[in-house]
Amino acid sequence: MTYQPIRFYQTGTFTVGNRLLPDEQRSVQANMRRTNSLNSGHRACQGCGEALGARYAIDAAMEATHSQLVAANATGCLEVFSTPYPETSWQIPWIHSLFGNAAAVATGIAAAMRIKGRHDVRVVAQGGDGGTTDIGFGCLSGMFERNDDVLYICYDNGGYMNTGVQRSSATPPAARTNTTMPLGQSPGNRFDQGKYLPALAMAHEIPYVATATVAELHDLEAKVRRAMEFHGARYIHILVPCPLGWGHASAETIKIARLAKETGLFPVFEAEGSRVTHVSRIKRKLPVEEYLRPQQRFAHLFKDPPRRDVIDRIQQLADRNILRYRLQDDVERRA
Amino acid sequence: MLKQAEGSAAVAEAVALCRPEVICAYPISPQTHIVEALGRMVTTGKLAPCEFINVESEFAAMSVAIGASAAGARAYTATASQGLLFMAEAVYNAAGLGLPIVMTVANRAIGAPINIWNDHTDALSQRDCGWIQLFAEDNQEALDLHIQAFRLAEELSLPVMVCMDGYILTHAYERVDLPAQEQVDAYLPPYDPRQVLDPANPISIGAMVGPEAFMEVRYLAHVKQQQALELMPSWTGEFKRIFGRESGGLTHSYRTEDADTVVVALGSVLGTVKDTVDEMREQGVKIGVLGITCFRPWPTAAVRSALAAAKRVVVLEKSLAVGLGGIVSNNVAAAYAGTPDLVHTVVAGLGGRAITRRSLHKVFGDAVAGRLDPVTFLDLDHAVVGRVLARERELRRSGPIAENVLRDLGAVATKVG
Repeated sequence: MTYQPIRFYQTGTFTVGNRLLPDEQRSVQANMRRTNSLNSGHRACQGCGEALGARYAIDAAMEATHSQLVAANATGCLEVFSTPYPETSWQIPWIHSLFGNAAAVATGIAAAMRIKGRHDVRVVAQGGDGGTTDIGFGCLSGMFERNDDVLYICYDNGGYMNTGVQRSSATPPAARTNTTMPLGQSPGNRFDQGKYLPALAMAHEIPYVATATVAELHDLEAKVRRAMEFHGARYIHILVPCPLGWGHASAETIKIARLAKETGLFPVFEAEGSRVTHVSRIKRKLPVEEYLRPQQRFAHLFKDPPRRDVIDRIQQLADRNILRYRLQDDVERRA
Repeated sequence: MLKQAEGSAAVAEAVALCRPEVICAYPISPQTHIVEALGRMVTTGKLAPCEFINVESEFAAMSVAIGASAAGARAYTATASQGLLFMAEAVYNAAGLGLPIVMTVANRAIGAPINIWNDHTDALSQRDCGWIQLFAEDNQEALDLHIQAFRLAEELSLPVMVCMDGYILTHAYERVDLPAQEQVDAYLPPYDPRQVLDPANPISIGAMVGPEAFMEVRYLAHVKQQQALELMPSWTGEFKRIFGRESGGLTHSYRTEDADTVVVALGSVLGTVKDTVDEMREQGVKIGVLGITCFRPWPTAAVRSALAAAKRVVVLEKSLAVGLGGIVSNNVAAAYAGTPDLVHTVVAGLGGRAITRRSLHKVFGDAVAGRLDPVTFLDLDHAVVGRVLARERELRRSGPIAENVLRDLGAVATKVG
């Protein structure tokens, strides 16, 4: 097939690459020869952040591995919407076993490839936040601890969206889900201790941990590429807004993801061997209201009278993140 | 090669001869010696190439085996008791995906109350999971069944569970005939998967299946198990030619010709049962034994034919369907051509309670004399049970049952057996 360079026109985002960039700096998504690992025709909702994140991440992984990639998938939205058999969106060898075992299945695949001498074949495991931070955490921690040669990608949309929007341990405080309804004095999800998986992954001292959002394509792709330069257990945590569960307009997925980062609520960084090596600094710090207000799951905070106290507590979480990860420092903590 | 070996060691040797490529291990008594031995073999290079993975749970053990098997590797693990229940979701999944994993189950009771000793509750709890389930009578059979299990699993693309009695077999030293590598290689071809995760030919495995196809998929699992009923007996000749001994098959009859009474059992207790039957035969009692090697698929035709002339059947089983009675006996009754009330259930040996010839003489004698109850609990201490029930009638907060029984019994160690 003859390859004709494609030109994209700048639309105010970098999601399809930038025609002004030289070829080698363009995103995988901007390349006509991207693998479309998660092909069109799947059943995800309009504006689904997870579908976007999975395609970005797996296409980047495919490029990095010269298409020698196998994926294990946890039960969840991504699994269900991608494989309404006899149709499947996956253009790569892909297996779904159970909700809580994607990391262990990936370990088994990696072991099989090693024993078969297929050192070129790399393994990705992927799941939503429920399959990662809750039911799959045991297998994930085991995979980290053994430093199995697997890249685990968590698509975090902050809840069990496939079963109809229930709370997970990744649901943010005050958020409405169908099991944390905005009723009573402390509406929405409780302010618990939280279970921040990127930090837990770093505590395992695995070679590489990163966070990303679907708002920054170049950053996301670079992190997948970087992850593939390591052997051993690697973890990438991608924030993927869910128009259905979060109650925002489906056209605003990218914008919401960017606001999560720019408010400091979702720190975007990389770590190698438990040390933070790079943070994506906040370009222009925004108050958390900017992120909360467009989402129906936080609407109860903005009724009359607004819950200023709750919004302030969420702001404190953002400020803590900014300090902890030096999201506004002038000097990056590069290694 | 004849060798005096512990059952676990013999099984580990047999598994190693089958050239497994990925072994996942999570320790649980009484399975530990098997995976320890395999781990040593991988570490020393005696078993190579092979990946030995120490996982963090039985659920992970089966999940790693699923991934390895789907990626084309011969995968093995072993468990028991609570471990089998903890991995249950993945056990069903492996069968549903049609992955030919072989797993040893060192049979042990299920708690609560926690109990590490032998019975068949663990394996029988998974009887409908879609795995083929084979039960070994002695260590030689345990060894042989593992070799047959890999071939059967890979031929049918179904997982196979080889059940051997915890401690009674796993920890017993017996003489075994350990085959040579050439013999096993001649019997067991390399694994040629029906489905494999391969970047050169990408496929999706584990898709959502709706009402339009689920029945058919489940029916095909049933058909595959039925195929095992044909394959297993047809392979015994080949096994004998290569290994020089009879092994395998679905069931084994012992002195059932002209027997009015046939005792049906699984596993190591068959030895004691046969000894008892020999003694009763000497006294002129027409009694025989039917040993079940293959519990899933249930060999209906073989059992029916073996019991065709029996006037009564005694199913001696180390399991209890709470609220019903027997598990094995219900399967036997379904296959028995006579009236079901002639199938007696004797629940015995739960949690490692010794099954003695003396007790078997009595219960078999009762059966022959026509005075055996439909369901009997062998050597049950009715007095203790009565006192616990009386306490419950008298006291609302009567306390935990297990601890009440133990307190009533006093120093239990002296009463085992």
